[in-house]
Amino acid sequence: MTATARQIPDRLTSPAARALKSWESLLLVVAVAIFLLNTMASPYFLDPWNLSDATFNFTEKAMIAFAMAMLIVAGEIDLSVGAIIALASTAMGMAMSLGAGTPLIVLAGLGTGLLCGAFNGALVAGLGLPSIVVTIGTMSLFRGISYIVLGDTAFTGYPAGFAWFGQGYVFWVITVELVIFTFAAVVFGTLLHRTSFGRMVYAIGNNPVAARFSGIRVDRIRFILFLLTGLMSGVAAVCLTSRLGSTRPSIAAGFELEVVTIVVLGGVSILGGSGTILGVVLAAIVMGLVTFGLGLLNVPGIVMSIVVGALLIGVIAIPRLISKLRT
Amino acid sequence: MQPDPVLSLRGIVKTFPGVRALDGVRLDLFPGQVTALIGENGAGKSTIVKVLTGIYQPDGGQILLDGQPVTFPDAQSAHCAGVTAIHQETVLFDELTVAENIFIGHAPRTRWGLIDRRAMRARAEKILRGIGADIPAGAKLRDLGIASRHLVAIARALSVDARVVIMDEPTAALSHKEIAELYELVETLKRQGKAILFISHKFDEIFRIADRWTVFRDGTFVGEGEMAGTEEAELVRLMVGRSVDQIYPKRPAQIGDPVLTVAGYSHPTEFEDITFTLHAGEILGFYGLVGAGRSEVMQALFGITRPSKGACRIDGQVRVLRSTAQAVDAGIVYVPEDRGAQGAVKGLPIFQNVTLPSLARTGRAGFLRLAEEFKLARDYTQRLDLRAASLDQDIALLSGGNQQKVVIAKWLATRPRVIILDEPTKGIDIGSKAAVHDFMSELAGQGLAVIMVSSEIPEVLGMSDRVIVMREGRIAGEFAGDRMTPENLVRAAVGIDRKEAA
Repeated sequence: MTATARQIPDRLTSPAARALKSWESLLLVVAVAIFLLNTMASPYFLDPWNLSDATFNFTEKAMIAFAMAMLIVAGEIDLSVGAIIALASTAMGMAMSLGAGTPLIVLAGLGTGLLCGAFNGALVAGLGLPSIVVTIGTMSLFRGISYIVLGDTAFTGYPAGFAWFGQGYVFWVITVELVIFTFAAVVFGTLLHRTSFGRMVYAIGNNPVAARFSGIRVDRIRFILFLLTGLMSGVAAVCLTSRLGSTRPSIAAGFELEVVTIVVLGGVSILGGSGTILGVVLAAIVMGLVTFGLGLLNVPGIVMSIVVGALLIGVIAIPRLISKLRT
Repeated sequence: MQPDPVLSLRGIVKTFPGVRALDGVRLDLFPGQVTALIGENGAGKSTIVKVLTGIYQPDGGQILLDGQPVTFPDAQSAHCAGVTAIHQETVLFDELTVAENIFIGHAPRTRWGLIDRRAMRARAEKILRGIGADIPAGAKLRDLGIASRHLVAIARALSVDARVVIMDEPTAALSHKEIAELYELVETLKRQGKAILFISHKFDEIFRIADRWTVFRDGTFVGEGEMAGTEEAELVRLMVGRSVDQIYPKRPAQIGDPVLTVAGYSHPTEFEDITFTLHAGEILGFYGLVGAGRSEVMQALFGITRPSKGACRIDGQVRVLRSTAQAVDAGIVYVPEDRGAQGAVKGLPIFQNVTLPSLARTGRAGFLRLAEEFKLARDYTQRLDLRAASLDQDIALLSGGNQQKVVIAKWLATRPRVIILDEPTKGIDIGSKAAVHDFMSELAGQGLAVIMVSSEIPEVLGMSDRVIVMREGRIAGEFAGDRMTPENLVRAAVGIDRKEAA
């Protein structure tokens, strides 16, 4: 409309310059530092087989963390993921005891995960209930069902082929779980950062009302995110059950908080609207390295949880403190 | 002989980033008199109220109370000095009693420092009687109706020993009967010698109740005088400053075929039997008082709320609009009034705000293509003369007017058939206002069908080809051509016919 339209530049800072100052770069530095510390602290750390074992500290949790990251970016949360694992694992045990083979057992696990996710999603997206309340409820509900089915007993005796998921190696020291983790990271990274769906997730997390007023089907996307989180919990249930070789109702107890810890450590705002999958990947590795390093030094589990808690608070508080001191 | 003013403002200046909200204004309030403060939206009326009640600190000028300079560093000190305001929406507490609501923050105390409930209740009853309100002081607020709540808000304002009472659009949410009661209350306050500042858009009210007037325009003082002997036309001229057709860039419209036909749209509580037709190239104005149901109708057309009855056709085809996505697909887009909450997705960069509903077009097979997004965003934001440092800047960093341009650009990029603008220039600076108006008429010129919801009479009259007035959820009148006058619109909006008003 005006004759002299002024040119507005696309960007003022290049993506590279932005990346350098990002949370992810900081996490990378932390990860390298912990890696070096571990190398100095224990002569057993740099053994390839030991390192391979160390990946089990984070692979299962991180698979869920990718889906959880998208959910938290959208401003929601799912605290029932540990309980979904318990229920999915129980379903797998039941399938096994009915004589199902490995494929059907896996399907039972994934299907249960999806159903649980759909249940959460229906309550949150369909009825408009707050996700934190819904999933605290389903956290008790899902695990409660496992307890009713199993009581003090456990499912054991999974078929030999089923052990592949949690105990198998694809090549040399590369575990099946590590491959699933990597694949999931790529898929979720692409979904969140390279697709329209991911863009809408960010929009919803920043302002769900304005997102709706922009023609986005907000509830549908929320539902899909719960579905994905349920599915990834099912995948984690398959891996974990396979690795342990048994199902007890207490399986994956406390997983939900560790998953949320990884997501938040990865730089995803707990208020929604920002964060990256790369950050979550790095955070998972940092967590894995810390617990593994402390394990090599024979640090007891309680101290370990203190260290992890302090790490989370420190990493989140320090940048905030620095910016406060500057002003 | 005019008595000395109780409160005088001299040369008050208040600036906000990018806007000079008040530029050396003056205002005098006299005991026992009602002074009407008149001005368009954005003239600085709300700002002056905030200065008077200690919420804003002026950047310059003096406040004189009984001729002595005073400052109101906070709301409490203004309160103590006897300046009290009845706001458009006073915050009240549902779970507290009427008496507690009236005295919250300054309740009478016993000698132990506890709240003296008996004294509080007795004083609350006295105040309520004083304004002729028959409300038990012990009742919980949530059990009261709207009108009674309003009286509680007034009682709260009067619970301090007020000398100056500010009424900011006090009748906006009131029925006729309640308005009549409010007038009586104002008379009572006048007899008690209180100085009253009365802010209203409604001329009939001003002429009915005010003794004096002061006009602001764009943050400056443009005149004052006695109500007696003043013509309405003179006030309008002072308010607007220019004649209406000069400031609005309305071009003669090429009105084409019907695009949108709405028949019998109804909602259980918000609106009833809304029927109208919108043509290509037309700007259809929707005027009415706040709460008349205009936004609700528009949001139903945009798929936010579902109508219980009625049909909507676009280009002759019946369309069911159950979600905003369906509305956008049908070619109806909506620029909301509440820009901050509903329009801009703050936290996302400008270009992502623009492309949000167009991702299917800029992307391929569900994957983003950033280059296409920047192209689309640049295209439309430049046509709107957006002022921004870069397109990947967070939209939250822009001024209100520029945010509005981004929201409009977002919708134009979807190439809609119908664009609904809800109070498109509310709270934005004059420059951006002109750009938005200019662009609206250009759009209509290109054959887009435009609905503009506005509460500003000059804007409605200046921009629309035709005006529909809504009152209490219904269409109260439709005006075009010579019948599009301020008087007709206001009368239809408040529901008085010519004889009654005369």
